[in-house]
Amino acid sequence: MKVYVTGAATTQFGELWGVSPRSLARGSVLSALKDADTDTSQVQALFVGNMLSGMLGGQEHLGAFFAEELGLGVPAFKVEGACASGGLALHTAVNSLLSGQYDTVVVLGIEKMTDHKPEDVATALMGAGSEEERTAGATFPGLYAVLARAHVKEFGTTEEELAAVSVKNHYHASLNPNAQFHNTLTVEQVMKSSRIADPLKLLDCSPISDGAAAVVLSTKKSKRSIEVIASVVATDTLGLAQRKSLTELAATRVASKKAYMLGGVSAKDIDVAEVHDCFTIAEILAMEDLGFFSKGKAASAIARGETTIGKTKRLVVNPSGGLKGCGHPVGATGVKQVVELVEQLWGTAGKRQVTGAKVGLAHNVGGSGATAAVHILCKVQ
Amino acid sequence: MVGIVSYGTYIPRYRIRISDIAKAWKKDAEEVIRSLGLTDKSVPGCDEDAVTIALESAISALSGVEGLIRDNIDVLFVGSESHPYAVNPTSTTVGELLGLGHNYLAADFEFACKAGTAAIQAIVGLVAAGHARFGLAIGADTAQGKPHDFLEYTAAAGGAAYIIGKEHLVANLLAETSYSSDTPDFWRRDGMRYPSHAGRFTGEPAYYSHVMGAARRLLEMTNTTPSDYSYCVFHMPNGKFPREVAKRLGFTSEQLAPSLVVDAIGNPYSASSLLGLAAVLDQTKPHQKIFMVSYGSGAGSDAFVFETTEALGKRKQTVNDQITKKTYIDYVQFLKQTHKL
Repeated sequence: MKVYVTGAATTQFGELWGVSPRSLARGSVLSALKDADTDTSQVQALFVGNMLSGMLGGQEHLGAFFAEELGLGVPAFKVEGACASGGLALHTAVNSLLSGQYDTVVVLGIEKMTDHKPEDVATALMGAGSEEERTAGATFPGLYAVLARAHVKEFGTTEEELAAVSVKNHYHASLNPNAQFHNTLTVEQVMKSSRIADPLKLLDCSPISDGAAAVVLSTKKSKRSIEVIASVVATDTLGLAQRKSLTELAATRVASKKAYMLGGVSAKDIDVAEVHDCFTIAEILAMEDLGFFSKGKAASAIARGETTIGKTKRLVVNPSGGLKGCGHPVGATGVKQVVELVEQLWGTAGKRQVTGAKVGLAHNVGGSGATAAVHILCKVQ
Repeated sequence: MVGIVSYGTYIPRYRIRISDIAKAWKKDAEEVIRSLGLTDKSVPGCDEDAVTIALESAISALSGVEGLIRDNIDVLFVGSESHPYAVNPTSTTVGELLGLGHNYLAADFEFACKAGTAAIQAIVGLVAAGHARFGLAIGADTAQGKPHDFLEYTAAAGGAAYIIGKEHLVANLLAETSYSSDTPDFWRRDGMRYPSHAGRFTGEPAYYSHVMGAARRLLEMTNTTPSDYSYCVFHMPNGKFPREVAKRLGFTSEQLAPSLVVDAIGNPYSASSLLGLAAVLDQTKPHQKIFMVSYGSGAGSDAFVFETTEALGKRKQTVNDQITKKTYIDYVQFLKQTHKL
């Protein structure tokens, strides 16, 4: 049994103060269904990836909420795994198809975060960390700063190399009409931005965003099908203090290793990847943990342009702009990553197109690495 | 023709340097100053509040004014977001101490930073209708910022009082309008000590859309363009917003410059745009047009076109005199004077 993506769409990502969650859902899902040449009558289940609807909006039970909004009287589920909610929703949907229970489902990743006081959002996001981290007063920039310091200490990674990730992703985002940011950056601008949690500065950190992304998954091929050849999830300790190592995200390593095996491909075969750059250090770790570069070698390679559109003959990373440039509406990101890969593999990515892309990888992380979801997609031959 | 008969201002003498607040919280002072666009803010004395500041401003407005005017003030409105009482009017305390007698209408106004300009508009209506001969509108605040919040750098203290009438005008009111909407960018719930705000939401959907909404409407109503004015004044929550909005509307930095009290004293909330207007009036000549737009969170903007008359003379005590008469205090003293210690 094979699983295909038959339709994919995202909304604009950004500070969408005038747009409601209902509008975001309708916009993305109806576009994805149209893209798949089908409609709501063919949808047999709905999977919603979201983290903060309860804490910020007072609304849990999103399966029923959006099923009603979309006019879908079908089984509907909210799936949560912090910033990996989208990836987990995809995995759950894939499993539901592989089980033979359904043949066509919709996955909606959605988040509304910008309508709240910044301190309330930062507090809510710490629901992704451990109790110990919360009571210590840590917030996510602080936790990833710990990972950055460990990487700097062990491998001599420089702050300029961290900044280069942001510069690349802003360049890619400038080519993406749906991205939150369209301004390009220089390393100097990133280095001059205010210190948030040393060594991470403002422009090393992904923003708070609103947005939604949707895909239609089916066991039936359509003319624009892209096959999901692997969908794998791995888990590590919730908090950083209990990890075996601070210079890797083991969940990424474990999930990707299994994904390559199931998909019958290796890291070398990936043409385009969407990885979880919640902070610049996270992309550097991802490049190593996904097997694209050996430990300690990724930062300088990224800074040299080895993963930038138009500069590399090999692997392009985060053509959408990543989390930093495209924005990070938490529950939507994992699904948006797959939408971007699908556009790349279909050849409809416009100015961001990675020529001849055949195999794509999406890497979505929850918290400081407690959950990782890896999806590998390939063009149907 | 209704207009301004006299005006008076009061800025407490105490100042705290923005850099000293930043240092207290171990922030990069230069970065804070650069992002907010101001260097000092005014701090009330231990025994000062919106009432005392409103009173000082009114005394200044009434000084040197003819007995005829003093004796015929028929309405007094005080606008503030730091009235000491939730129930008990600031305006009657001020009215009593000014010796206004008993035959006047008193009321307190509230609408965040535009309470003072809303008071002016209401009095203009009463005067124009012949229900009041002269009226006194005051905007006064001892604004409170929560420690460690970024509003702590800008929330300041000050007051401005305007006598409105139909006779003895130093400035005619040529036109005015307002722009209002339900936009919750900044608020303080009853019983809460400090206000809350919605971060970046206080920018485009709040300040900019309302100031520009009212400004564009007023330009349209009067069939004028920015170049028809000698000066412009905008509400000043920080050093950046008024400069940016002036630019967007097409005013020059020269037209805006005399009003920018924020750089030296911060944001005294209901007195902000009124102090800016006073600073302009202090140094302007007759027959000059001034374009002014206030802003109050929640949200709304009041916009005015004033034209100075031949009667505009030299002020005895200018806004600039008070800005330069200052005593610096440190962060601990600031906490004491704003009743946090």
